[in-house]
Amino acid sequence: MSVLEANDLNVWFDLPHGGRLHAVQGVSFNVKEGERLGLVGESGCGKTTALLALMGLLPPSAEVAGSVTVNGEEILAGGEDAMRPHRWTDVAMVFQGAMNALNPVKTVGSQIEEPMKFHDTSSGAAAEKEAGDLLELVGLPASAATRYPHEFSGGMRQRAAIAMALACNPKVLLADEPTTALDVMVQAQILQLLLSLTRDLGLALVLVTHDLPLVTQVCERAIVMYAGRVAESGAVDTLFHDPRHPYTRLLFAATPDLSGERDVASIPGAPPRLDRPILGCPFEPRCDRAFDHCKVETPSLLEVGAAHRAACHLNDGSLERPSDREAAR
Amino acid sequence: MSDVVTAPPSTHGGTLLLDVRDLVVQYPVRRGLTAALRREPRTTVSAVDGVSLSVRHGEMLALIGESGCGKTSTAQAILRMVDAASGTIEVDGREITHLTSKELRPVRRTMQMVYQDPYESLDPRFRVRRAIEEPLVIHGMTGSSEERERRIVEALERVELSPADLFIDRYPHELSGGQRQRVAIAASLMLDPKLLLADEPVSMLDVSVRAGILTLLDRLRRDGDMGIVMITHDLSTAAHFADRIAVMYLGRIVEEGPAHEVVRNPQHPYTKALMSVVPKPDPRDRTVPQILRGETPNPIDMPTGCRFHPRCPVAEDRCKVTDPQLHTARGAQGQAHRAACVLGIERGER
Repeated sequence: MSVLEANDLNVWFDLPHGGRLHAVQGVSFNVKEGERLGLVGESGCGKTTALLALMGLLPPSAEVAGSVTVNGEEILAGGEDAMRPHRWTDVAMVFQGAMNALNPVKTVGSQIEEPMKFHDTSSGAAAEKEAGDLLELVGLPASAATRYPHEFSGGMRQRAAIAMALACNPKVLLADEPTTALDVMVQAQILQLLLSLTRDLGLALVLVTHDLPLVTQVCERAIVMYAGRVAESGAVDTLFHDPRHPYTRLLFAATPDLSGERDVASIPGAPPRLDRPILGCPFEPRCDRAFDHCKVETPSLLEVGAAHRAACHLNDGSLERPSDREAAR
Repeated sequence: MSDVVTAPPSTHGGTLLLDVRDLVVQYPVRRGLTAALRREPRTTVSAVDGVSLSVRHGEMLALIGESGCGKTSTAQAILRMVDAASGTIEVDGREITHLTSKELRPVRRTMQMVYQDPYESLDPRFRVRRAIEEPLVIHGMTGSSEERERRIVEALERVELSPADLFIDRYPHELSGGQRQRVAIAASLMLDPKLLLADEPVSMLDVSVRAGILTLLDRLRRDGDMGIVMITHDLSTAAHFADRIAVMYLGRIVEEGPAHEVVRNPQHPYTKALMSVVPKPDPRDRTVPQILRGETPNPIDMPTGCRFHPRCPVAEDRCKVTDPQLHTARGAQGQAHRAACVLGIERGER
């Protein structure tokens, strides 16, 4: 059974000058114990907003609809009261730039103990001991508890931020760009830590990043988001070797690899604005395989293989596709 | 410092544009008040400690390394934004290390910098037109208004922001990240520089537009005879777009050579480790990363001998005493591929 399941998640923001922005549009996904799921897409595609919605941490200007269950129990519908007992204890998050958000005037240990005390999972000497254990779990010495964030390097602070998220022994860890702004070697260390946490503790991981190779190296499955929607989802191997949405294929083609042999090409244009209704496929203006029908109808997410879904009219056999473009490819 | 002083042959036929020899950049270490009162001597830390590199016309050199390795200090010293403690910098055959600020002015025109963050590097109150003409104004090269307008339009078209009318009166906030970086590049092109230093030019941009900016830089140096030094932490990007790669660690170049050589046949243990941790796009290509322990040490406490030895997976006792210089690596294919590692030099293939 999935530990965390989101169904038809929608988020709207009220804009200060009137109008609404539909940031997340009907996104569904689930993660099982010990599983690693990637959420990839360009900035503004709604990946962070979706995570914050799962945590119930969006500002009041946001309206959230849909269902989120933790071990089968609905936590979104009941509002803040239903959410609070699950936040940090079941679902925890490492925020983007978390390593820069540590409180500079409190010791690292006391910051890790804070959620334990708030959620009554532990206190006093027991909490102190647990904080030390958590620091060791993330690869820092237990003695680091008495030190202040400024005494740490970026990689150490990120480890401390992960320890803090793990304070109440959650089942799911949501990690938002956990390695951005870190050097490649430190990035590798943090990724290895996240991997071992899922393997050793059975923690489920949702990794949000714009960096496709991170996801293909760390995760088993991934969801490619575009303009607030799921463009494609499936096993990372399938997404790389048999992408069924042009956006996925073009994103990989825009990513340089070490061989230096493959041509890299950017995707022309920019994502659409989400504060007005989009007619047809949101990716149509940037797509290299769009045809007339793409301008008219928004493609729904269809099963295109085993545990593989894509929202693209090219996969709909009943639609007539321009054969000349097919042949040209 | 380095005893190999001949500039490596270029993959491009261009003549030598930038020649840096034994560059040292030092910063003072802050001493506390008590130390100052006790008149303890000021100490310095060498951010760049004997770097030699060269760039030919039409060539792109990628300077690679983790934060604190001295790559940005190297670029700043080349631009004379910080002073070199020792060493020489020659641009087009002219020694610029000791020029006065007045003498430097015409030289500065020939070297331009493109910064990492186009959200910060452009003045939010300046329209595109003003941002691009600013360098002309500063250097008193404004000319007639028609002439100026023509040059601005030309610069916009060079960076593929066309038709220029569509962009010329916009403010930065009305542009996407990729477009902003193009504007910043257009501004740097206004003075027809010979050398462009690009400091992480795409790391703040979305993946989908990065390739466009890099292809643009690639085209600019191939079309003109501009040389480019691209500072990046991204080996994949360097492998794709640069002619040569120089890998820096703690203020030194530890490996240098043709990009495809360095990437396919890395000689220095540090380069090998760096290569192994670059995430590969193909999930079937899951290699075991060779993760180095700890982080780059503080250059204030510089390790003895080879500065990489405390983290080196293959270090031997003599690495604690011998400070290796750049030499043609025995495992390398050509003379131009050099590494600073005793093991690589003596044993060749490892």
